[in-house]
Amino acid sequence: MEAYLSLFVKSIFIENLALSFFLGMCTFLAVSKKIGTAIGLGAAVILVQAITVPANNLIFQHLLSDGALAWAGMPDVDLSFLGLICYIGVIAAMVQILEMVLDKYFPALYNALGVFLPLITVNCAILGGSLFMVERDLALGESVVYGVGSGAGWALAITALAGVREKLKYSDVPDGLQGLGITFITVGLMSLGFMAFSGIQL
Amino acid sequence: MSSMRRWLDNIHPHFAQGGRYEKYYALYEMVDTFLYTPPDVTRTSPHVRDALDLKRVMSYVVLATLPCIVFGMWNTGYQAHLAMAGMGVGEAAGWRGAILALLGVGYDPASLYDNIMHGFMYFMPIYIVTLLAGGFWEVLFAGVRNHEVNEGFLVTSMLYALVLPPTIPLWQAALGISFGVVIGKEVFGGTGKNFMNPALTGRAFLFFAYPAQLSGDSVWTAVDGFSGATALSLGQSGGVAAINGAGIEWMDAFFGTIQGSFGSTSTLACLFGAAFLIYTRIASWRIIAGVFLGMVGTTLVLNAIGSDTNAMFAVPWHWHMVLGGFAFGMVFMATDPVSAAHTDTGRWIFGLLIGFMTVVIRVVNPAYPEGIMLAILFANIVAPLIDYGVVQANVRRRIRRRVGATS
Repeated sequence: MEAYLSLFVKSIFIENLALSFFLGMCTFLAVSKKIGTAIGLGAAVILVQAITVPANNLIFQHLLSDGALAWAGMPDVDLSFLGLICYIGVIAAMVQILEMVLDKYFPALYNALGVFLPLITVNCAILGGSLFMVERDLALGESVVYGVGSGAGWALAITALAGVREKLKYSDVPDGLQGLGITFITVGLMSLGFMAFSGIQL
Repeated sequence: MSSMRRWLDNIHPHFAQGGRYEKYYALYEMVDTFLYTPPDVTRTSPHVRDALDLKRVMSYVVLATLPCIVFGMWNTGYQAHLAMAGMGVGEAAGWRGAILALLGVGYDPASLYDNIMHGFMYFMPIYIVTLLAGGFWEVLFAGVRNHEVNEGFLVTSMLYALVLPPTIPLWQAALGISFGVVIGKEVFGGTGKNFMNPALTGRAFLFFAYPAQLSGDSVWTAVDGFSGATALSLGQSGGVAAINGAGIEWMDAFFGTIQGSFGSTSTLACLFGAAFLIYTRIASWRIIAGVFLGMVGTTLVLNAIGSDTNAMFAVPWHWHMVLGGFAFGMVFMATDPVSAAHTDTGRWIFGLLIGFMTVVIRVVNPAYPEGIMLAILFANIVAPLIDYGVVQANVRRRIRRRVGATS
């Protein structure tokens, strides 16, 4: 239990996907203008991470990894080179299903997310989550915790960025830096603040 | 006084639009409004009738740091003299030693004058470099972007200089304040438009860029080759027992006669500043109370949990209060009205978060002995979110009340 808790805290704060690894930057910068939308997108990312990381974990453990096909009578087969394409396929499928579900049951959120929901498919934070899961050799239970935690970390980061950007509406940014330029600087400063967690051993 | 006013009025046309020095109007404006209350009045609403304008607010904060400055200079000299006596060094090295010898200043830790003069030799160069480097950027941006040079910079540079270690190389001090002023403030449009405390941004930048000069055991006392663990890192290795073992009692830490950054060792001096800021209602007492209560609460919880391997778990709250830069950060850094939360409830949450984070970083993060700086920066990041939550909760409550009243 304690191991799960420390993995959860670690994946949210210490190894924050957005602010420590700078993953998922495209959507991170593009959909952070309003807090409401950012919360919606953050929730979608948490959901997608919570589903895809464990799903990919199952695929990796029982189909792809070295010797995983022993149950099918093929103990010498190593399919891990198919990892990337399988993970991204699973992610794409999950996002499609999620999109249909949102369209049917939460039309307001669906409209708010608009084009960015399909974009989650190519959000590197999602694929990054799955790849980190493989790299760190997480078990199924850990992968569930890691999926939720890393998604929550990303959601926290984008919500905080949206908050700062809403505040910055009252600022007076030089012409050359307006728009994305100042957002990059903002993210850099936020990352400096998140350095508070780096080095914590759990 | 009136001749100075006349002189300023005489040269005003040169700086006004179309004048010879039009480009340098920001400089003229800075000097003029620093000396005299500006004659301009607001022509459109809203009108705020209060003599305590932004410039006065900023000057008051600088005034409030005075106890910290004086005490910091004394303590820098005092610590240096103690270390020199311990190492058998007769006099300070380099130009500082030469000037001190010229003035006939001795190296006696018991002498108030000697201590202050020696500390002065360390603090003044750093402060002047900070003012020059930061002021250069400030005036440059003001000139190019047609806004005024703001006294906020005086606060930033003073707070920044007070949290530096005495031995910092001057070029690093200049680099840090440049980062703080340009990236932390001016790219957002100047005072009041930024979202992170510029002084702390510069300090944090230095901390991560040059850890060798900003942390460790040998940078806190202004004597070459002297090495001694700070009270906080002693606490990290062995708890209160280790701090006491090094001859530091609680009262020493409270008065601030321990090594550390210039201005932040003395909790007592910071409390004087706090009293002044709260009395003049410049600092939010909610933030200060929040930071304090957050620190006490978190410490009590950690004390109760306990740990066999980490001695910091057992350090009680009254020690946390006097160690490191906690008091300085609580009084001067966290209460920055621009980067803190803007709603009253939000300020409580903001303060509690800082107190909580400070203790957590100190206790569970072995990489950084001092937590308050990063805790405040982190709270700066989430402050807009806190405000958003408070405002939304208020909106929802009022809608509910409205529905309840009509149905």
